[in-house]
Amino acid sequence: MGLEIIQDKCVGCRLCLKSCPYDALEMVNSIAVVKDNCILCGACVDSCKFEAIILRKHEDLSVSEDAFEDVWVFAEQKKGVIQSVTYELLGEGKKLAQKRRQNLAAVLLGDKIKKEAKKLIERGADKVYVVESPALKDYQAQIYSNVLTKLVRDYKPEIVLTGATSIGRSLIPRVAVELKTGLTADCTGLDIDEEKGMLLQTRPAFGGNIMATIICPHRRPQMATVRHKVMKEAEVDTKYKGQIIEINPKDFSLNSDTRLIDMVEELEETVNLTEADIIVSGGRGVGSGDNFKIIEELAKSMGAAVGASRAAVDSGFKPYSHQVGQTGKTVCPKVYFACGISGQIQHLVGMQSSDIIVAINKDPDAPIFKVATYGIVGDLFKVIPALIKRFQKK
Amino acid sequence: MDYLLSEEQIMVRDLARKIAQEKLKDRVAEFDQQEKFPWPIIKLIAEADLFGVYIEEKYGGMGAGILELCLVTEEISRVCGGVAVSYAASALGTDPIILFGTEAQKKKYLPDLASGKKLAAFGLTEPNAGSDAGAIETTAKKDGGNYIINGTKHFITNGSEAETYVIVAMTDKSKGSRGSSAFIVEKGTPGFSFGKKEEKMGIRTSTTSELIFNDCKIPKENLLGKEGMGFIVTMKTFDMSRPGVAAQALGIAQGALDLALEYSRQRQQFGKPISSFQGIQFMLADMATQIEAARGLVYNTAKMIDSGNLKVSKESAMCKLFASDVAMKVTTDAVQIFGGYGYMRDYPIEKFMRDAKITQIYEGTNQIQRSIIATNLIKESLAASKKTGK
Amino acid sequence: MDIIVCIKQVPDTTDVRINPDTNTLVRDGVASIINPFDMYAIEEGLRLKERFGGKVTVITMGPPQSEAALREALSLGVDQAVLLSDRAFAGSDTLATSYALAAGIKKIGVYDVIICGKQAIDGDTAQVGPGISVWLDIPQVTFVKKIEETKQEKGKNIFRLERMVEEGYEVIEVPLPCLITVVKEINEPRMPSLKGMMRSKKAEIIKWTAENINADEKNIGLDGSPTQVVRIFTPSPRKGGQILHGEPDEVADKLAEFLKENIN
Repeated sequence: MGLEIIQDKCVGCRLCLKSCPYDALEMVNSIAVVKDNCILCGACVDSCKFEAIILRKHEDLSVSEDAFEDVWVFAEQKKGVIQSVTYELLGEGKKLAQKRRQNLAAVLLGDKIKKEAKKLIERGADKVYVVESPALKDYQAQIYSNVLTKLVRDYKPEIVLTGATSIGRSLIPRVAVELKTGLTADCTGLDIDEEKGMLLQTRPAFGGNIMATIICPHRRPQMATVRHKVMKEAEVDTKYKGQIIEINPKDFSLNSDTRLIDMVEELEETVNLTEADIIVSGGRGVGSGDNFKIIEELAKSMGAAVGASRAAVDSGFKPYSHQVGQTGKTVCPKVYFACGISGQIQHLVGMQSSDIIVAINKDPDAPIFKVATYGIVGDLFKVIPALIKRFQKK
Repeated sequence: MDYLLSEEQIMVRDLARKIAQEKLKDRVAEFDQQEKFPWPIIKLIAEADLFGVYIEEKYGGMGAGILELCLVTEEISRVCGGVAVSYAASALGTDPIILFGTEAQKKKYLPDLASGKKLAAFGLTEPNAGSDAGAIETTAKKDGGNYIINGTKHFITNGSEAETYVIVAMTDKSKGSRGSSAFIVEKGTPGFSFGKKEEKMGIRTSTTSELIFNDCKIPKENLLGKEGMGFIVTMKTFDMSRPGVAAQALGIAQGALDLALEYSRQRQQFGKPISSFQGIQFMLADMATQIEAARGLVYNTAKMIDSGNLKVSKESAMCKLFASDVAMKVTTDAVQIFGGYGYMRDYPIEKFMRDAKITQIYEGTNQIQRSIIATNLIKESLAASKKTGK
Repeated sequence: MDIIVCIKQVPDTTDVRINPDTNTLVRDGVASIINPFDMYAIEEGLRLKERFGGKVTVITMGPPQSEAALREALSLGVDQAVLLSDRAFAGSDTLATSYALAAGIKKIGVYDVIICGKQAIDGDTAQVGPGISVWLDIPQVTFVKKIEETKQEKGKNIFRLERMVEEGYEVIEVPLPCLITVVKEINEPRMPSLKGMMRSKKAEIIKWTAENINADEKNIGLDGSPTQVVRIFTPSPRKGGQILHGEPDEVADKLAEFLKENIN
């Protein structure tokens, strides 16, 4: 078990050394040798042009895969309203279910929530498992994870998809550990492996610098979370037929050690960042919180939302709720303006799927220009007022 | 250049660097523009235990020495000379107590200064007494168990921000240069107030102000050393503190060089980065070499002092003279390398040039430093020829 | 109060780059740091100790060089540091990692609160914290941005916390012992102090192997990791478009034209 260097094939080119993010390879007598701190991430395997590196894993046959069937989507609701990330998951889940020739189902937990179930069917769910109880009205980690865990144990889905939201990222890791199964977070790509029928989960790693494809070969269900706005929503088909399966809440333990006391809303702008069609973002180049007014004016002139890079948020120009990027929000608007943003990979990860990217930066070598549809090299304090003037005309 | 610093010295230097780079760098322009004392950063430096690096462990310090003080001062100066002088000037006001204080005085004042809870300042200069320190007019008259101080000091770094002041006043005018004495005066003592806060060319975040003594009564226990020792206290203090100013100059020069180097690689003219032009390259090479030479001089002087060597006047003056002259030259050249942008306040380099100038002036002008060096050289030459009988 | 903080040593991913010629990660000069979110966790632990008295223990699972991260935590004022290191842990995914950390925490024995950073910047999964709370069977609250207050109820200590969600925040009460994961909004991490650094140099780190913590070998390392990486590749870069030249007014006109074409 572990990382093995096939000495006969190793030519000592050192490419693997450079690819290791943990500095876990070294050259001894011109052959690569694995050091103690190797964490078996596999980054070197791909880098070797001579196929001299093998990552060996034990075969673990702890669970029979045949007993599991169907693709499940956890339907996230807040205040009785189904969140749009659910429709994105149903869209993606449908593709997976079709490839597996299985059903697509949704799990809906809440209070007096049954009436929303048909919205899920309209989006392609063949079945909706509904559990209604006042105790399920608002998300609480323990209760929701007890319910979902038991449902999975009882009905044995093969795949479970959840949104990588504040609810999903709190809930699903618990369920995965209860079930002792694998969970892959923040997937940007999901597919079915044709040979073995496994779920191929692709996600960014190392701050978005590389992509990793992950499988969960021997445990079920295969669980994955997907970020909001990464997949496309399922289309509405009012004629689609599906089954609503109501589960008795008394079947579950609905106790919670934690108590939700209050929910305080802090939405500043009327235009929600993640839903916006046009976003104007400012970065370190804006210089100060006061200067951000110019970004806000530009946004206003187009009915756009205001975003910020991590550098801008860390410097206090804008609160975290506006942060776009790896540790902030993922957005995919029609037009994304990056003003005074250098374009580090951590920011790009959060907005590179925008249809059009407009970059304004005074540094012609800024990496943002490599991905911008339209780049403007100049002082944003001169360019933006000109843009505002122009957009106000139209 | 590898200065073979000990593990602990590297630790001190890296901690100061971390604070300067992570917490101070983004606020330099703000501090410079607002001209307010940088308390937030001073507080961080204190919490990191850096104020006491040169103070004995039994008084709450680290028990290291002047080299460590220089390392900290240099790292902070690389980012902002104004914050650095606020730190180093506290050492200037603390040195007299370390050198001449009684056990009781040390126990009373050093712990708070070591922890950075309080700052110190040194009050010598007056409107009519700059280089001519012997011409001070502030008086301290004995009155029973007290001294009554009258007079005005000006251009005092950390004036009004510090809690602990060492001031030099005339106790016996008839004795000329042997007629002054040094005293510890605490902020808040009745009769001790602060006057004008100066608006300066550089180091604007540092507070430079007047100290006003109006029948200020202090207990006689606050006399440092003996009456008449004021001049000696001053000279010995400066011997110990000059490497600190030199370190400030060094840091300013290094910071300016770093900026100029980076800029020269980015700025393109005639289709190339300007760092590829020999004219610029030669400037950079000279700047770097001068800084390294200054650094060697400063570090070694500091090591001399730390080894217990009390005869360091010449070396101390040399390192201050050289480092400050280098800082002025390097920062001027750095602005030159930036070209037009160097002159604009939008860019950080002009501040370095403004900050560098004072290092050639305070804690003894470079002219006074030259006098000290010359006097020592001649003394040494005289002593040597007496030995050989020439 | 007995506080345990879980930390991870990670490569500074802001420095990690892709070599465009070989399509591999360029690791030269990438420093190893304490996961940034864990710095906030350590700071919160120290603040709890300052508020309520007690002890802060920091624990990590990693290769021997993770010791540097533990020493950095000690220089900030943490009282005790535990390193879980064993070749058997290699290849752990989040399930196996959370199991091992929970086993290590069980061996430490006493705890009122376990604090984790929201996520690690190399894995970005945010799964280990919640995983630990399941293994330990204690309540969890994720994305905590403020510990408002503590109170007593029926003889138990309770934290009243603010939990950050998309629209704002929730106010939640949770009894101790509990596990929380924290976000950057919670505090401002302190700088190390010289005295702390000196103490850290001399401090003894507690080192445990898989055997020491009674870890079931089925649950650790590769064997305990249901997920596996089958492929690593560099993302296909988004291609750049064009640079617009001219005076601000000209550029604004050009851009408006392009946008009009492309949107409407």
